[in-house]
Amino acid sequence: MARTNMRAANWLLTLLVWVALAGLPYWLQLLGSYTSLGTQVLAVGLAAMALNFLLGFTGVLSFGHAAYFGLGAYGAGMTIKYLVPNTILGIVVGVAVGAIAATLIGFLIRKLRGVYFAMVTIAFGQVFFFIAYRWNTATGGDDGLTGWKRLPLDFGFANIDIAGNEILFYYFVLFWFALATLAMWFLLRSPFGHTLIAIRENERRTRFLGVPIDQHIWLSFIISASLTSLAGALFGLLNNFADPHWLRWDQSGIFVIMVVLGGMRAFWGPLIGAAIVVVLQDVISGDAVTHLIANAGLCGPDGSCLSWESFIGLFFVLVVLFFPRGVLGILGRRALP
Amino acid sequence: MTQQILFNLFNGIISGASYALMALGLSLILNLSGVINFAHGGFLALGAYIAYSLIPYVGYWGALVLAPILTAVFGMGIEWLLIRRTYGRDPLYSLLLTFGLAFIFEDVTRVIWGSQSVAYQIPSFLARPLSLQYFFLTGYRLMIVAIVALAVLGLFLVLTRTRIGLRIRAGTADLDTVSVLGVNVRLLRSLNFGLGIYLAGLAGVLAAGQQALEPTIGTSLIMPSFVAIIVGGLGSLPGTLLGGILIGVAAGLTSVFLPSASEAVIYVMMGLVLLLRPRGLLGEEGRV
Repeated sequence: MARTNMRAANWLLTLLVWVALAGLPYWLQLLGSYTSLGTQVLAVGLAAMALNFLLGFTGVLSFGHAAYFGLGAYGAGMTIKYLVPNTILGIVVGVAVGAIAATLIGFLIRKLRGVYFAMVTIAFGQVFFFIAYRWNTATGGDDGLTGWKRLPLDFGFANIDIAGNEILFYYFVLFWFALATLAMWFLLRSPFGHTLIAIRENERRTRFLGVPIDQHIWLSFIISASLTSLAGALFGLLNNFADPHWLRWDQSGIFVIMVVLGGMRAFWGPLIGAAIVVVLQDVISGDAVTHLIANAGLCGPDGSCLSWESFIGLFFVLVVLFFPRGVLGILGRRALP
Repeated sequence: MTQQILFNLFNGIISGASYALMALGLSLILNLSGVINFAHGGFLALGAYIAYSLIPYVGYWGALVLAPILTAVFGMGIEWLLIRRTYGRDPLYSLLLTFGLAFIFEDVTRVIWGSQSVAYQIPSFLARPLSLQYFFLTGYRLMIVAIVALAVLGLFLVLTRTRIGLRIRAGTADLDTVSVLGVNVRLLRSLNFGLGIYLAGLAGVLAAGQQALEPTIGTSLIMPSFVAIIVGGLGSLPGTLLGGILIGVAAGLTSVFLPSASEAVIYVMMGLVLLLRPRGLLGEEGRV
């Protein structure tokens, strides 16, 4: 009985998410916010959901997913800037670059587990950060990759202006978001997905059933990283910019906290976590909070004040200590979407 | 050319010694408690800034002795207050917790001591080059190597010759059994954490005299320390030491021939080690 209720609750949540996302630009307007905040939630939320494919559903601790997010953004940006000014092609190249990197690195780390896996993914993530940061001539180095723009879609019979119209671009991102989440949804319900969850629950027992564990983890890593690259490509297109700090280890940590905050056992959890973090970031970096911090005397002798880093750090600590199961943790240990 | 190679070789050994000192502390904590202490770089910076603030009162040598101890005490306080709560839980949580602490430490350090780098005075006789004829090697650099060697020797003596060291090593192998035998595991972890943070604080004080002291001083050292642990092998302290010095030397030598790749070479080494010997150079079998 409880199980039927849970399944009904899950379906209801899924329905709610899609209805909310379909009308997001309109009710954001009603709330007095702007469309690009919603687009940001979609892109970052997709990255967090893709990470959770590995973290929550395969049980492997990756702490370097920012690298693939950044690779997607740089892949898309550099394609549009240097090769072909085509938005779709940029996305395709961004995802391909991320997938290739994940295939190579996944091969090296497929046998590692636990904290060791986490450490190695962090360290490898830094390699891509350094490349983006140091390779000035191609990536723009510390300043980021500028001088490119997403372009309108031209299908011959129709021209969709996603470059100028924020709302159209939102739906363009929603289209990719839907493709990616549907892919993850079906994968998790397939025998492959069930095997991943079996690995998470008891790796040794699954191995004894004759399942090639390392290959499954490798494949799950590639899927997760490629979809993160898709999210990164969309995020880059949203900003018409790519920033080397998107690849850094602190960004990886932010993706993980989104997953935990939303609830890593729930399919939609990371999206909710991402929405909370993106909105918080938007609020904290605003002028009002800056004034509040300065007035509260939280500034040093040379005038540098506490920044949002302290707040996000405190947020990490509080979530770990008091909210480890996340918003959707209440939906229980039911693993499948 | 030979001179340049020798110079960079020695430089590599020095930076390798700093990596090793930091990585040994990380390794100690990781081995016994299963916690990757992301805030290690934050503790390092704290040690350096505490020393900076102490110098006017206790002089250079007093700060060198006192600052790491104070850092360790502060570290044990943090362990007792926060990190302890993540023991026995999914390693994800300790990672996130120390991650958050790293953010807070860096930001608070910046507010207290300023975001600009500050001048860290070292005694003038140490700052002079030993020989102008050969290569530019200061007494300070030589002292770093000597102090790191002493600290490592001390650490291995503590671990092999004292009761507490024996318990730390036993706990690394099997914490449950050690607990059943009546050892206060909570205290053991706390002391072990303090020991690890002491090494971070010492590394911070030494690094402050060598490079610009700024709030990000720890962040730039944490990734090489990770690589040192992975190259050396998880669970092996001699491995961590070896890994630290190896990557320091490799980065130093690469800077002679291909300066732009000196940061990347340590990751290439890590990739090679993972490909050829996934448990690391001196790692134990089955700990991966």
